Amino acid sequence: MIEFVTGPLVWIAFIGFFGGLAWRLVTMARLAYRERVVFPTLSAKYGARSLLHWLIPFAGRKMRLHPVYTLISFAFHFCLVATPLFAAGHVLLVQQSWGLRWWTLPEGIANRMTLVVIAACLFFIIRRLLRPEVRNVSYPSDFLLALVVLAPFASGYAAHQQWFAYVPTLIVHGFAGALCLLLVPWTRLVHLLWFTFTRAYMGSEFGKVRHARDW
Amino acid sequence: MADLQDIQIIDRGVDENIAKLSPERIERTINKVLTQEAAARLQVYLETCVHCGLCAEACQSYVSRNGDPDYAPVAKVKDTIWEMVRRKGKVDAQFLHNAARIAYIDCGACRRCSMYCPFGIDIAYLIMTVRRILNLLGVVPQYLQDTTNSHAATMNQMWVQQDDWIDTLMWQEEDARAELAGTRIPLDKEGAEIMYSVIGPEPKILAQLIANMAIIFKVAGADWTMPSTDGWDNSNMAMYSGDFETMGRVERLHWEKAMQLKVKRVVMGECGHAYRGAVYDGPRWLGWTKPPIPMVHAVEYYYELLKSGRLKIARKIEEPVTVQDPCNIVRGRGLHDKLRYVVNALCEDFRDMEPRFEHNYCCQAGGGLINCGPPWKVSRMKSNKVKAEQIADTGAHIVITPCHNCHSGIEDIIGYYKLGAHVSFISEMLVKTIEMPEA
Repeated sequence: MIEFVTGPLVWIAFIGFFGGLAWRLVTMARLAYRERVVFPTLSAKYGARSLLHWLIPFAGRKMRLHPVYTLISFAFHFCLVATPLFAAGHVLLVQQSWGLRWWTLPEGIANRMTLVVIAACLFFIIRRLLRPEVRNVSYPSDFLLALVVLAPFASGYAAHQQWFAYVPTLIVHGFAGALCLLLVPWTRLVHLLWFTFTRAYMGSEFGKVRHARDW
Repeated sequence: MADLQDIQIIDRGVDENIAKLSPERIERTINKVLTQEAAARLQVYLETCVHCGLCAEACQSYVSRNGDPDYAPVAKVKDTIWEMVRRKGKVDAQFLHNAARIAYIDCGACRRCSMYCPFGIDIAYLIMTVRRILNLLGVVPQYLQDTTNSHAATMNQMWVQQDDWIDTLMWQEEDARAELAGTRIPLDKEGAEIMYSVIGPEPKILAQLIANMAIIFKVAGADWTMPSTDGWDNSNMAMYSGDFETMGRVERLHWEKAMQLKVKRVVMGECGHAYRGAVYDGPRWLGWTKPPIPMVHAVEYYYELLKSGRLKIARKIEEPVTVQDPCNIVRGRGLHDKLRYVVNALCEDFRDMEPRFEHNYCCQAGGGLINCGPPWKVSRMKSNKVKAEQIADTGAHIVITPCHNCHSGIEDIIGYYKLGAHVSFISEMLVKTIEMPEA
């Protein structure tokens, strides 16, 4: 089973993830073309201006109003992407398979970053339960998606700490990671892809058409 | 839980028309809009929203109603278009009754929430899509539909007839000449530099504003004109009722009139939504990337006149004043700095609101809200307590509102919350403060 998890399942997950995102992008671009306003409105300058203001912590009023949420959200998203990309175990597997190698995170830091993701997921779930305006628009799928994101990090941490039998935990970790990647193109996790475009579009509308700021 | 009193309001345009609908027609209409009119933007916005609720505090109705979660922008989307999509158009009368209240009364499409959504989701667009569906179902608040009917029949918002229009202009020219000798309202002057656009309520109920503008043009030495026939009104309530076909007709005629007169630019009076319709929504519907002739809003024009010295201020207003940032010219055109230049030029004691500029709260009157009429007035007032607090905090006696919707909406708020202030257009202050030439 571990051979499947570190072999074919990785291929399935990556092909599903990248292929799914590419498919979504191409089909959505064709749909957007039908909507006459989308492409003529987009502006590289104003799109980038908006993205920049929303990718720099505290650059917008919204983020300054909620410093704790801003910090947690930025830390979560940063660690979510950087930890799996630079975790020593992941890079080692890639090196063994394809001979490629890149910089890896020191173990202690990777551990802490994993904990940040886990803690942030729990924070989002608790916030969803406690804040009336968030609870009001929460569906079971919102909690499930948070758990889908949480699972590979929790299982990866558990495997690394060897809290349970190592190989079975690794297998769970592999499946959890693959599930998460495979679900991205087809669930609200797709905001990973659409963020750039929704932000750029709104930035273009505000900047190019309306001569105003959107942060 | 949405306000029980609001839920129970009966609006003939909404409820009598819902009663006539069959489930098949409702389903067919919703699915037609969702699949044939809305496309990528709707789909991406629905998929991208992670239900985080960060947009909530952006909305004046949520803040004013003490954080009632049903008034958060995301909740307004959830209770309307999310459900329409989820149920594939199979929604009932009660759902439509609530959807109409939410889309027409609780959201002014001011787009402040888009500045608080990390993804920049255009929530106002989603609400406008709901209005589009409701309009195609014939479910529109009665008073709002009346203005749309007026646009369709007379090409202006307030059933102003051709003879009334000319007569009002002549009357205002006479009034203006009594103030400043030689003032004219030149009609159909081909090749003039400026065509001046007003909205239906000016000739109907606020005619003095036209005389004010004639005086300002006279003092500035402007080469201007107004159309004597249809095309003079580019206010566009059809844009807000969801009747985009009529919206397109109104805007096309307006721009055709400007083209016929061969003017170099159009100056729009102090109205935000008309500006939006003419510069943005109208051209988009018509398939144009921009209007055929440049349009400047009155605020921009006053700024130009004051900055260049074509208008000089003889005596400033001494009373404390504050200013409302209309969504369609501030979030919609970035005119906040020019607006403050003008206000500071006219007033000794200007006190800004907090938050301000693009972040100022909506008036809860634009976006067609005030046009939904008396049945909904108290609801509007409850939804904008925060504006009353903003105004009270400034201690201003005058609230400058360079937009007709803001003007009427804030006048209502001042009365309802007994703020003891009054509202004013900039043109009213200009005619009191500028240096007039010797007669």
